[in-house]
Amino acid sequence: MMDHWIIAPVVIPAMLAPLIVLWMRYDLVTQRVASILGMSALLVLAIVLMVSASTHPPEVYRLGDWEPPYGIVLVLDRLSALMLLLTSILGLVIVLYAIGSGWDKRGWHFHSLMQFQMMGINGAFLTGDAFNLFVFFEVLLIASYGLMIHGGGRARLKSGVQYVVYNLAGSTLFLFALGTIYSVAGTLNMADLAVKVAQMPADETALIKVGAALLMLVFAVKAALVPFQFWLPATYTNAPGPVAALFAIMTKVGVYAIVRVYTLIFPISGTTGTLAHDILLPAAMVTLVIGMVGILGARSLGRVVAYSVIGSVGTMMLAFSQFTQGATSAGLYYMVHSTLVAAALFLIADLVRERRGRWGLSLSDAPKIAQHGLIAALFFAGAIAMAGMPPLSGFLGKLMILDATRGQWGLWAAVLITSLIAIVGFGRAGSQVFWRSYAVEAEEDERPQPSKDASSPALAFTATGILLAGSVALTVLAGPASNWLQGTAAQLFTPAQYTDAVLAGAEARAQEAARIGAQDHGHMEVIEEMRSEDGHATDTQTETGHDAPAAAH
Amino acid sequence: MELLVASAIGVLTAAGIYMILRLRSFPVVVGMSLLSYAVNVFLFATGRLVINQPPILRDGVTSYTDPIPQALVLTAIVISFGMTAVVVMLALGAFIEAGNDRIDLETEEDGQ
Repeated sequence: MMDHWIIAPVVIPAMLAPLIVLWMRYDLVTQRVASILGMSALLVLAIVLMVSASTHPPEVYRLGDWEPPYGIVLVLDRLSALMLLLTSILGLVIVLYAIGSGWDKRGWHFHSLMQFQMMGINGAFLTGDAFNLFVFFEVLLIASYGLMIHGGGRARLKSGVQYVVYNLAGSTLFLFALGTIYSVAGTLNMADLAVKVAQMPADETALIKVGAALLMLVFAVKAALVPFQFWLPATYTNAPGPVAALFAIMTKVGVYAIVRVYTLIFPISGTTGTLAHDILLPAAMVTLVIGMVGILGARSLGRVVAYSVIGSVGTMMLAFSQFTQGATSAGLYYMVHSTLVAAALFLIADLVRERRGRWGLSLSDAPKIAQHGLIAALFFAGAIAMAGMPPLSGFLGKLMILDATRGQWGLWAAVLITSLIAIVGFGRAGSQVFWRSYAVEAEEDERPQPSKDASSPALAFTATGILLAGSVALTVLAGPASNWLQGTAAQLFTPAQYTDAVLAGAEARAQEAARIGAQDHGHMEVIEEMRSEDGHATDTQTETGHDAPAAAH
Repeated sequence: MELLVASAIGVLTAAGIYMILRLRSFPVVVGMSLLSYAVNVFLFATGRLVINQPPILRDGVTSYTDPIPQALVLTAIVISFGMTAVVVMLALGAFIEAGNDRIDLETEEDGQ
């Protein structure tokens, strides 16, 4: 029974989104209710799936009941369950914020695009098929294109075009990578790939290494790793506030894909060797430095937050690039923390922008804004968490990463020095926006006014508060959380669990199907054919390397 | 034939990359299309180039072409077609809003 719930995080938003467009088009209130209900359902579902994933080995959902590796599978393991939970929390909070701040009124179809976005993100986290991963990437990207330009405006459309073009180039690269891998391995099912790649003779891995490196570039574009981070600052600064907050999970889709693919298919002990480590470590180091220096150099609050996202991606990739269990669980903790806090900071920046009128987010002298003290306090908490100062979860996350990379002095120096830079950068931005305003006297008619769209500022503040409360909860419950994440990392580093769940039993089930279908001669024939072809392909492949993959399917 | 297909993919890719590095949105859109053509042909060729064979597995058939890349390329064509439409609309919107079709942002503070 549990099996069928695995596809629900994809199906629910996929059904809800068209309903919102077709039935509730002109009624914002029903749209809002439907959107909140959908997001809440996703949240409940994610919690249930997470409980199930923590007590069971990876669970597999075969779409259309096609046997892997022929059909597409969805796989729920601890990592995907964690990402689903994170996505659904973020989704619910962002819908609440968008309603409270009135952002959903400023253009068409905000709520249905949000649902499509959830469908794409959830699908990308669940799928166990590399080509299906590409398809879900496209689903989440096309929804994000719509959300990115929500509300319109010159700067937003311009940076929207940049964002789209950058990601289209990334998608094309993704297809090249998948084609290369398919031409060598003859399969795109991740579990099957893991098995096939592991069996490859060591002297014939040149092409598969090219494929692995190309895939790394694609995921680096999504995760905004140097040198592919250029799209991020302009996109995140110009996107509507709640959308920018949602994009905090989008970079994590890239991070997730890197962790998944390079622990499962191309593990460090496997055929491709330390390729992933060798690429990731320097890239993560430079990303970290550029992100944190960017915080110091940015001239608007939006860019401060955007660069802090780049910096945090660098920090977590430093941990993931170690490819050890301890560092991976530390990296996962930091990832959860930084997603929540980055989203909170984007919402805070939006609260400021909504109230600051013509001054926008620029770090220049501007008069005091409405609800000044509250917003300043929220920013203070968010900045502390993001920069990694005690007592919030950023400090614990960085501590865990440092602990897991003991003895690597260069890495320690990078993390600690950039943290200092981040503190200075956030301090500068915060004091300019919030403290300098006491010194500025505005004319009465020039005083910044809160935007008229806001339906319920209290709801907007609550949404922001929930995210920061998430950071606090992550700090208080750091013990259980990190135990759970260690279990997740352990599962990631025994890929046999994953491949067994997907592939084991396929043979037995095929025989069963053949027995049932014995009356139907044609059906049995096809199954027999597929099985004998598969066996044949594996044989020839080990003999002749990559000349035979065409026969594999 | 391998040489012909390989060089076609190479030329298309090179032309596409050159075009997407331009600063106006029209050449960029054309470049994206060229790139997607290149990748489609490339995907098609990943099942090895076979002529005049059915993409079917059946008893007694010894030579056939790999059907999976054909299915993959169909998906890729549909997606790239849709994406091209989106980027054209977006570029048009940006052109109408801004009055020019430059891809780059004018200044750092443009977003404010």
